[in-house]
Amino acid sequence: MTDFVTPQEMAEMIPSGCKLGLAPDDYAAAPGLVRMLIDRGIRDLHVVCAPIGGMQVDMLIGAGAVATLETSAVSLGEAGGAPCFSRAVRDGSIRLRDATCPAVFAGLTAAEKGVPFMPIRGIIGSDVLKQRDDWKVTSNPFDDSEKIVVVSAIQPDIALFHAPEADRFGNVRLGRRRETMLLAHASKRAFVTVERISEVSLLEDEKTAAGVLPAIYVSAVAQLKNGGWPTGLYAEYPRDGQEVEKYARAARSPEGFRAYMRDSRNAA
Amino acid sequence: MSEACTSRELMIYTISRLLKGVRHVAVGQSSPMPAAGAMLLRALNQRDGLERVQVSILGSVKHNSFTGGAEELFDCAAQGRLDAFFLGGGQIDGRGNVNLVGTGDYPNNPVRWPGSFGSAYLYFLVPRVILFREEHSLRSLVERVDFVSAPGVTDETVYRRGGPHALLTNAALFSFDREAGRFRLESTHPGYGWRDIRGTTGFAYDNEQCETTTPAPDEATLALIRGRIREELRECYPQFAGNMPGPG
Repeated sequence: MTDFVTPQEMAEMIPSGCKLGLAPDDYAAAPGLVRMLIDRGIRDLHVVCAPIGGMQVDMLIGAGAVATLETSAVSLGEAGGAPCFSRAVRDGSIRLRDATCPAVFAGLTAAEKGVPFMPIRGIIGSDVLKQRDDWKVTSNPFDDSEKIVVVSAIQPDIALFHAPEADRFGNVRLGRRRETMLLAHASKRAFVTVERISEVSLLEDEKTAAGVLPAIYVSAVAQLKNGGWPTGLYAEYPRDGQEVEKYARAARSPEGFRAYMRDSRNAA
Repeated sequence: MSEACTSRELMIYTISRLLKGVRHVAVGQSSPMPAAGAMLLRALNQRDGLERVQVSILGSVKHNSFTGGAEELFDCAAQGRLDAFFLGGGQIDGRGNVNLVGTGDYPNNPVRWPGSFGSAYLYFLVPRVILFREEHSLRSLVERVDFVSAPGVTDETVYRRGGPHALLTNAALFSFDREAGRFRLESTHPGYGWRDIRGTTGFAYDNEQCETTTPAPDEATLALIRGRIREELRECYPQFAGNMPGPG
């Protein structure tokens, strides 16, 4: 059963210390709800970026909410590098698990299928591999002469993302954003903020049903209009480039970051 | 005569030349010039009645036909359905190793870049990986990278059908010899001589005293870049497109 809750209630349902799976900016990131997590003082998160992070992840880091960060990259796109992330790396204030995008997908796929690991091409000879005790080089069981990497399953406690639409049964339309579907399948629970809630089942129309995440995976839905602002929602609205630039400039210093968070809350 | 070809337009044109013959080229996030080069090849082939080029721009709705999510690019690459891709790199070394993580010691790098993205995987699987780094300097082109996001060469026990094809900067174009594991200077851009390149490249390479100049696009190609390509770029790279020369 999917619970229909307010965004504030959803923010309360995500506990400190959990393993939180997040979607990339411009696709299905949920910066609106992430702001509420920060405002309520969430701590000690293990953030899994599926597969990369952006402004919402940088804000969580800047707010001191992240203990461990598993990601293939953190970037603000056209606005440049992620300032709080870079600072936290220098200070050593977060535990880093650097990855490469398809390895994150492979780990999520393993969790989706309920198997302990997944083999993946490439990666051998990269320093990324040297830093990961949960990735191993093994030989192909069907051809001993070939080495191959296996990555262990990644199962977030909660996947949090923003989508265009849910129906009142808890089905969520993701369309072509199948990596978000994968994240939801792999996670124990999915919490979703949406622009709209439809009275008609999204599974009714065969033309769009394949792009729908069924309610089986969806623990909670909250309507949050513009919940993807300012980084955008795939095929619905673009990123607000000026706002992300404004954040990028402000967050260059810890004081600037705090001022941005304070002022943008008052403005909202 | 229109305004002279800019350095960026020369690089966009050069990318389209490096892609000649590919059927499917993909471009990662935050890569406006590789996106422009791929779009230019598509437009030129269309104009000249040549083979249709599939361009997959990550982050684009219009210029991306994947329906399987971000994983589909990687699956395509593993199956041999992707001919070309681009990698940047805060540091690139003479063995073709790429560093997208940062300078100094990991994990507390004093200078940290976004991260390795898909490089550690795609470098092994995409036949033509074009290394693109606008800045040509001793700090970007180094003898040995501080962190290997993706290695340039691999021994025969590892499956590898892809790797570095060329290195393009704002000053020069290199090719890469996978057998030797070395770059070769192919041409220098207008305004740069081989001595400039030697002085600003931190690694050893072949054909040091190269006298070839990188060819510039003709008027019709330049018009295409300033018209159609600039418009196509606007969706994903509004700021970059806005700074390009062109009408309006």
